[in-house]
Amino acid sequence: MSVLAQGQVGDPVLNSVVFGAFVVITLYLVYRVGSRGSSTSDYYAAGGGLTGVQNGVALSGDFLSAASFLGVAGAIAIHGYDGFMYSIGYLVAWLINLLLVAELVRNTGRFTMGDVLAFRMRQRPVRAAAATSTLVISLFYMLAQMAGAGAVVALLLDVHTKGGQALVISVVGLIMIFYVLVGGMKGTTLVQIIKAVVLLLCVVLMTVFLLGKFGFSLSALLEQAAANNTKGEKILDPGVQYGATPISTLDFISLSIALILGAAGLPHVLMRFYTVPDARQARISVVWTVGMMTVFYGATLVIGYGASALVGSERILAATGRENAAAPLLAFEIGGTVLMGVVAAVAFATILAVVAGLTITASASFAHDVYANILRRGKADPVSEVRVARVTAIVIGILAILGGILANGQNVAFLVALAFAFAASANLSTLLYSLFWKRFNTTGTLWAMYGGLGSCLVLVFFSPVLSGAPTSILSGVDFHLFPLSNPGIISIPISFIAGYLGTVLSRDKADPAKAREMEVRALTGIGR
Amino acid sequence: MTEVVGRRAASTQAPPRPSATFGGIDGPTGDAPAGGPDFDAIHRSPEFTALRSRFRRFVFTLTGLFLAWYLGYVLLAAYAHEFMATKLVGSISVGLALGLGQFASTVLITAVYARWARRRVDPAVDVLHKRAEAGR
Repeated sequence: MSVLAQGQVGDPVLNSVVFGAFVVITLYLVYRVGSRGSSTSDYYAAGGGLTGVQNGVALSGDFLSAASFLGVAGAIAIHGYDGFMYSIGYLVAWLINLLLVAELVRNTGRFTMGDVLAFRMRQRPVRAAAATSTLVISLFYMLAQMAGAGAVVALLLDVHTKGGQALVISVVGLIMIFYVLVGGMKGTTLVQIIKAVVLLLCVVLMTVFLLGKFGFSLSALLEQAAANNTKGEKILDPGVQYGATPISTLDFISLSIALILGAAGLPHVLMRFYTVPDARQARISVVWTVGMMTVFYGATLVIGYGASALVGSERILAATGRENAAAPLLAFEIGGTVLMGVVAAVAFATILAVVAGLTITASASFAHDVYANILRRGKADPVSEVRVARVTAIVIGILAILGGILANGQNVAFLVALAFAFAASANLSTLLYSLFWKRFNTTGTLWAMYGGLGSCLVLVFFSPVLSGAPTSILSGVDFHLFPLSNPGIISIPISFIAGYLGTVLSRDKADPAKAREMEVRALTGIGR
Repeated sequence: MTEVVGRRAASTQAPPRPSATFGGIDGPTGDAPAGGPDFDAIHRSPEFTALRSRFRRFVFTLTGLFLAWYLGYVLLAAYAHEFMATKLVGSISVGLALGLGQFASTVLITAVYARWARRRVDPAVDVLHKRAEAGR
């Protein structure tokens, strides 16, 4: 194989064995804890019985996607400091969850984001909007993960034909569907906890080893990283990836804003707050998540620069998977085939766990918001609601497999950043308004959600992401009108302004009694 | 709106299992059963208004602070390349130090908020809970 010829060894058989062991163990555990009951609360929210610590670790497992593990490490290895900005954005974003969102959302909803948004609004239109944005965001995020699976497969299992990769993506998708169907939220949580712990142990060990190799001097490691990177000293400073033109600098600012405002609007993150019994546990969840994120993203800095130092940017870019190969190649460099096998398995497990979390969120939103509350007007019995959720999970799983096969080989990182921009534009404004602004009403909610989501979609459609740049999805055509790849800097303000205008200009009045009740519930949890 | 709530209220009459009904999920308000908490009274109480303004003042201030610090940092990284590239010790630049500063401030804010909420919010919430239960 060409991969082997380049000395980028790694034993596909061993990688498969380690990954297989992870799958077998988790499948068994999921089967053991899985609720075969038909309660909606069990299926969507693990009965609300997780502790804050368990949920905090699971949140990390849900949030740390393949893009943040392989992608960020790779971006730092190649582009240096500009890649580090992703780490900072992903981490600081959790403060919004901690201060403004987690506890209040826990107290005012039960299963989905739609519960919070529709609390004091007209149920059906608001739930329809919430379900739309949940499904769109989850789908984008899922595509990114599944497309990433293809790249990881190529790199780690040495499967290079499109057909072979499609087969592996299908297997990954089927395992994920099994987790969700059998385990419900509890089983999915368990997979995320195991994955988060293994991933964190893995990156911490690599970091300690790397620092040890350089005499625990970060400075020495950075020097070596610059020496082995074709861009040299520049990778230690901002601007390598985004500093070329005023437009790319603006793109960088737009991306940074989308990153910190997006995390609090991601439906699969919001849904995890319902798995704990009260607001205090929700707070503890976020505190633990921040702790784990700090360690993880701190470690990616060392791993990224370490990959540049020990592997070198030329070898990384020459490998299958390019940037995404940085962390696995580094693992091979310092721990041989065994460590590379572990990293490979962790990367797979990451995709599996994140996609499972997205699937359960999307299926919950469809079953709870669309089926039970819109179609059946709140009269659905729980047995049929859970059945609808399970069928939806299968449909979404199949969509994810097909999408993953189609998107295989596409630019992955931008899809995740876009999902963040969507979440920040459609969900954050509505959540904050409905939690903190009494006058906010149904029209405002709809304007903010559809305004944010719509402007995001339109801007992306006419951006260089789709056409007109060497990295675009469509080559050969150019209909781009909007210069930025990330729409956040425009679409997030649009969403806030639309929510304000919709509220002020419409004739429908907010329900003051419900607004007061929501304030009391949000802050105290009384009435749960 | 009222008609939706009305219908939902009807559906809560015969809950097969408490955790499985929708009565408590999305129409938990107007149709709260008699004897449920009096949200208006709680909302008017001085304890609640004090808690609310204390909470908002604290979290909005912290949010403003960390957003300003983060945006300032992003703008420096975007436009002040020379400044960010200034070396402090060895290969450690101002940019790297500020970036790690973001990590440190995030941990610090998390710790400060968790401690503050435990001391200043949780006891007040407990008091309101007790009164709501007593007032039923």
